[in-house]
Amino acid sequence: MAALYEGYTLCGLVPDQNLSSSGIQGIEEERDRDHVVVTDSTRLVTLYKVSDQKPLGSWTVKQGQKLTCPAVFNSQTNEYVAVTDNKVIRIWKEDDILLDKAFKATVSSDVWKVHCTHGGEPVVLFQRGAVRLLDSLLAAPQQPIEEVLAQEEAIRWSTIIVAETQQFIIITTEQKGEHFLYLQRLNPNSVQRYRLEREEPGLSPLSFSATYRDKHICLLYLYPNGHVYQSVLSVRGLGTEEGVQALPLPRSLLLGLPVGDGQLEAASAMALDEAHVAVVGVPHPSAGGGKDFLCIWNTNFQTLQAGKEMAGKIYGQLWSYSNKVFIPHGKTLSIIPFECPKSSLASALGKLKHTKTEESKTPNSVPSWNNILHGEKAQPSKSAETRRTRTTRKSQSTTNLTTDQVLELIKTAPVEEIQKEVEGFLTRAEFQDLQPSVGQLALTLVSRSLADPAFYSSSTLAQLVHTRCLCHSVCPDLVLLALEKKDYFLCQLCLQFFPDIPEAVTCACLKAFISIPDVDAEKVSLEPDSVEFMENLITRDRAEAGLQNGFSPTSSVVNDRQTRAEDVKKVSGPSQLSCPVGLHKAVLINEILQTPYSDTFLLPHLKDLSSQHVMLFLQYLQFLCLKYSQDAFPQMEGFRSPSLSQIMDWVCLLLDAHFTVLVMTPEAKGLLLNLHSFVKSQVRLVSELGKIEGSLQELRKMKAKESIGQYSIEIIELF
Amino acid sequence: MGEFKVHRVRFFDYMPSAIRTMAFNSQTERLAVARADGAVEIFNFNDNFFQEKVIPGQDGRATEALCWVGHRLFSAGLNGEITEYDLENLRPQYTVDAYGGPIWTISSNSQGTQLAVGCEDGTVKIFAILEERIQFQRNLNRHKGRIISLCWHPSSAQIAAGMTDMITIFDAETGHATRRLLVDRAMGASKNKEVVVWSVGYLSDHTIISGDSAGKVQIWNGLTGTLVRTYLVTKWDVLVLSVSKDESSVIAGTSEGTVIQFQFISSTVDQHDKEWVRTRTFRNHSHDVSALAHTDTAVVSGGMDTQLVVRPLLDKVEKNTQESALRKIAFPHRSLVGCAKKAGLLLFQFPDHLELWKLGESEGHGKPGDRLPVKRKPEKLIELKRKGEDHICCSALSACGGWLAYSTVSSVRLYRIQYNNTISINKVSKLPKELRSVHQLCFSSDSSKLFASSCQSSVIVVAVSQQECRYLHTLKHKTGSRQPVHLLCASDDGKWLATANTDCEIHIYNLHKMKLHCMVPVYNSCPTTIAIHPVTNNLISVHADQQIFEFSLVQKEYTQWSRRLQTQGLLSLWLERDTPITHITFNPKNPDHIILHDTYMFCIIDQSLPFPELNAVLWNQMILKSLPVSQRIGQSHAFKICKSFQHLMCVSLLEDLSLVVVERPLLDIMSQLPAPVRQKKFAT
Repeated sequence: MAALYEGYTLCGLVPDQNLSSSGIQGIEEERDRDHVVVTDSTRLVTLYKVSDQKPLGSWTVKQGQKLTCPAVFNSQTNEYVAVTDNKVIRIWKEDDILLDKAFKATVSSDVWKVHCTHGGEPVVLFQRGAVRLLDSLLAAPQQPIEEVLAQEEAIRWSTIIVAETQQFIIITTEQKGEHFLYLQRLNPNSVQRYRLEREEPGLSPLSFSATYRDKHICLLYLYPNGHVYQSVLSVRGLGTEEGVQALPLPRSLLLGLPVGDGQLEAASAMALDEAHVAVVGVPHPSAGGGKDFLCIWNTNFQTLQAGKEMAGKIYGQLWSYSNKVFIPHGKTLSIIPFECPKSSLASALGKLKHTKTEESKTPNSVPSWNNILHGEKAQPSKSAETRRTRTTRKSQSTTNLTTDQVLELIKTAPVEEIQKEVEGFLTRAEFQDLQPSVGQLALTLVSRSLADPAFYSSSTLAQLVHTRCLCHSVCPDLVLLALEKKDYFLCQLCLQFFPDIPEAVTCACLKAFISIPDVDAEKVSLEPDSVEFMENLITRDRAEAGLQNGFSPTSSVVNDRQTRAEDVKKVSGPSQLSCPVGLHKAVLINEILQTPYSDTFLLPHLKDLSSQHVMLFLQYLQFLCLKYSQDAFPQMEGFRSPSLSQIMDWVCLLLDAHFTVLVMTPEAKGLLLNLHSFVKSQVRLVSELGKIEGSLQELRKMKAKESIGQYSIEIIELF
Repeated sequence: MGEFKVHRVRFFDYMPSAIRTMAFNSQTERLAVARADGAVEIFNFNDNFFQEKVIPGQDGRATEALCWVGHRLFSAGLNGEITEYDLENLRPQYTVDAYGGPIWTISSNSQGTQLAVGCEDGTVKIFAILEERIQFQRNLNRHKGRIISLCWHPSSAQIAAGMTDMITIFDAETGHATRRLLVDRAMGASKNKEVVVWSVGYLSDHTIISGDSAGKVQIWNGLTGTLVRTYLVTKWDVLVLSVSKDESSVIAGTSEGTVIQFQFISSTVDQHDKEWVRTRTFRNHSHDVSALAHTDTAVVSGGMDTQLVVRPLLDKVEKNTQESALRKIAFPHRSLVGCAKKAGLLLFQFPDHLELWKLGESEGHGKPGDRLPVKRKPEKLIELKRKGEDHICCSALSACGGWLAYSTVSSVRLYRIQYNNTISINKVSKLPKELRSVHQLCFSSDSSKLFASSCQSSVIVVAVSQQECRYLHTLKHKTGSRQPVHLLCASDDGKWLATANTDCEIHIYNLHKMKLHCMVPVYNSCPTTIAIHPVTNNLISVHADQQIFEFSLVQKEYTQWSRRLQTQGLLSLWLERDTPITHITFNPKNPDHIILHDTYMFCIIDQSLPFPELNAVLWNQMILKSLPVSQRIGQSHAFKICKSFQHLMCVSLLEDLSLVVVERPLLDIMSQLPAPVRQKKFAT
């Protein structure tokens, strides 16, 4: 999934009086990815170091003069180029302090913009459509400039694109409501004119964005009705005939964005990569009509991938350099880092298991010292680096083996050696290409273990499962093998990390877990988090109930609670709240409760449980229910714990599966009565809540009326 | 009771000024509070914290410190002047330039014979307090750096002065510095920022307590000059300290809005050697606490957020009584809104200008709870900027809306307003010379006379007409009270004028005979508002302790209704309200109705109905609403209270029987305050 991270502010803005424009004319990349040149709409050019959020230098033109195009950086000569008052080209270096003393040249026609790609030579685009390389223009500044555009044709947008060492200038123009596109190749110069298909009458594109990929230029444009179109232009086959007549430009509808009521005004769409589009100024589909959102859409699946509300007015301006979006909004220019990993259908639908882990490793928006001191090169995080070097140092004796070699090794080598090699392999391999090899490794390990009963490498398997690259379908025998070897820790890991454990296996695990003798279970070492959760749950009932912050609730509250649970207590007496199973057993069963299942498939397998097991399991579930419903049991953050609804679902399933057996078993009678009274109290609670629902809704209505302006005339009545 | 059309007005942008400093006089139980605009307010702590006097501010006065000497009040400010206030005429009596640049602090010795001021140029100047004036005596030895804070030793032999980076102890006799206590700077990045000692306290056992800009409260031994203890109480500044009278407790106010108490107690029960221990933290402010007073029973604090907070110390007062309740005084105890009932105009008084608004109109009718469509929006007719640098102290609008008057401490201005298609305002140029310094203005109901309360509780009567403005008479009483008249009220028939002064006296004058008619028996609480009933000519007065009296002007005695009310007694819920009634109006259609309001509610008292029983519910509107009409009469009592409008500045009844409610929600005031100091959060 694409993600937008926490943004930070680059600088404040001085938007003009009526907030119609942001006060920023353009943002251009400077010497590297971390420096940008920001040109404001009047007189100021500022150089920023992005990771420091700090201006490094700024230049202003004299009062009365006005910058008419964003300054660009010529990385060949380390000079800045800008245009003032349409005709004066100014060139200066970073250590020039005064712009007035820097080089300037006056040209004979109005300049629209200066474009420059990184490492390329600046190109000057004139308002009437002519294009010159800066050097050739400066050789004779007063040279005559031809008119390319027709009489009433005006440039709306332009950009430069490098395609295989060839520079292209793309210009869009408007003439009497029609829109044209010029693709101008430089060196040798040639131009092709295209006509954009008409959208609904009166609508002209709000924004354009052009990217080059796969030998084609992709043009993306957004209309006020929310339609985003894509046109693909071939770079080849251009320039044969000088395009006087306009070719129709084929387009395809990429996205139909929700526009809410009315049409978009200040909005912009920009391609981030082949599948992702950043859109600003368009309402978030699930957040009402407000248009102040920055969203990333996936064009392949037409899904919204990430959205972020931007405070203040949106001006419809958007730039993107090196995985950061620059967006002016309100009175600030914000930088929002984003990430657009390769998308798959699974991730688009949110089904991929990895989403959670990827979220947790967000790149820190606070600049790291490493980056600031050593630049981009030191990108991989330090901790990973040291860990890697440490592990390689440890396994220095062994040579770096390939996947195939490790696979060979697994088939024959002793447990210790395999463990060492696999560990080394895992630390060496990149996360992306881990997936297939981990599956192979696990498969070979399992098959050897099955073939050779004496061989079993628990820690290696656990390590492989921990990579989260495995799933049950890759290695179907793993869970059963673990059960057979009584490796409950591995079972727990599998249940936790595998998204696709079949119900039959879940049931087998359940059966195995319930039947472990408590003594054996306590010897097993398990995931500390889940153990801690269970410990808390169990010890809480042994401690004095309801003592919080040294405050014990008044007797009336206690009485109240007692009456609620009194039917329960009548039957089973004071031992009611002690956990029916041991700590570790409970932890394992919790894991089962949290695995996904579908009840139609689970039900037949549940019927295999013996009545003793069913009783024990039910007792445990009842224990959990009571625990959860008692004194607003705090759902401990951060711990993996079954939710109340999961518990209730399991209770229902068990009762369904073994109803007749339970009814016939005399020992189960008390348990069933308890469950019954528990459900009864819940039903009572819900019905009480239902009673006050009306009043609560009235309260909400009253809230809505609260907004009072400066003046109103009201009628009141006194009695 | 019936329905009312209510004009709900929220466009009065009243913004109180920040509290800069305060001084408490424990003999008279008066608290003087100075605000950032230079105004000084006097609160009477013996009388329900009533704001009995307001001395208007002045541009550029910038009062930094206040000091009581007996009954006299002195202030000093960044304009470099020492001012003594005339508390009888509510104006500065005289100012003396100290010739030392801006003055940061002022302090008097315990005998009340000398004043010490700390100046920007680093001098401590001693002034002798004489009768009627002060006189410069001498300078103490001069030091580099400004004197920010001062405190006399109770023996008057030494003075401790807080400066930047140090505290200096002066011998008051010789003027030599005897000791210098160096104050540590803040740790970390602000290490090279000098630390300012904002406040010092000097106890009789020669302990010196200081609060500084590094957030420390430090206890020093003044004899040896050694530091005894340091308490780091805030990341920001400790702005002010106040020591209790018995020197067992010190409170410190910080920029974070907290007040921290330190007590001189033994840390363990059986130990005898006492030490200063940080005990309680009060958090009642959102912004800087820049003014503090430690009374015997309470912590009084004020600051940037403009509210005066009285927080009783629960070990000094009886718990769960009215005495132990926290009080926040956010609004002035007098009306800043004038209402022309006949013309439907509102006059808003600001320190530096007046605004005259015309109310809007609605169309159609609605049922209770409805909001009517506004046909004509309210309109600001005039914004009148004051002249001169003195702030406006009072203003009045005649009932017809044709006359407008305001006064500063130095002058009175009267304007004629005419409405024909366009609005025209003309200043009445020649005012009688008697109208010079007044504290309260009031027009007669037929707009032919202007009454102005002047010095020594006298009232000047001036006839106003199209042609001229003529002095008629000065009304005087004979009780000898010199306190200012803070309330004026003329009867509708033009025969009576009632005045109330801060000695709690209410005088009635007969305007036909131009002489004193009678005096209402003096009650021991100050009247907060008075009004004369248009039909019965009874005087209604409400007092700071929330008692209500009705006095018949003709019979010169309390009415039967008033006597019944006193015998039966008011409900405790009524008496425990903590804002005074500031305005009374009457219903011209139903003489039984008296409409009065405080900040949180307005109430219509129906004199024809019985008083509530002592165990009855005072606020019974909800109960009555739920009852069928036939049963209501049995349940209803004289007090009809409406709380739907909050933070009321004025409630008045127009001639067309629609109510005008001027609200100023506290939240709106809060939202206009500057941002509080930044509380550092992780990684921001």
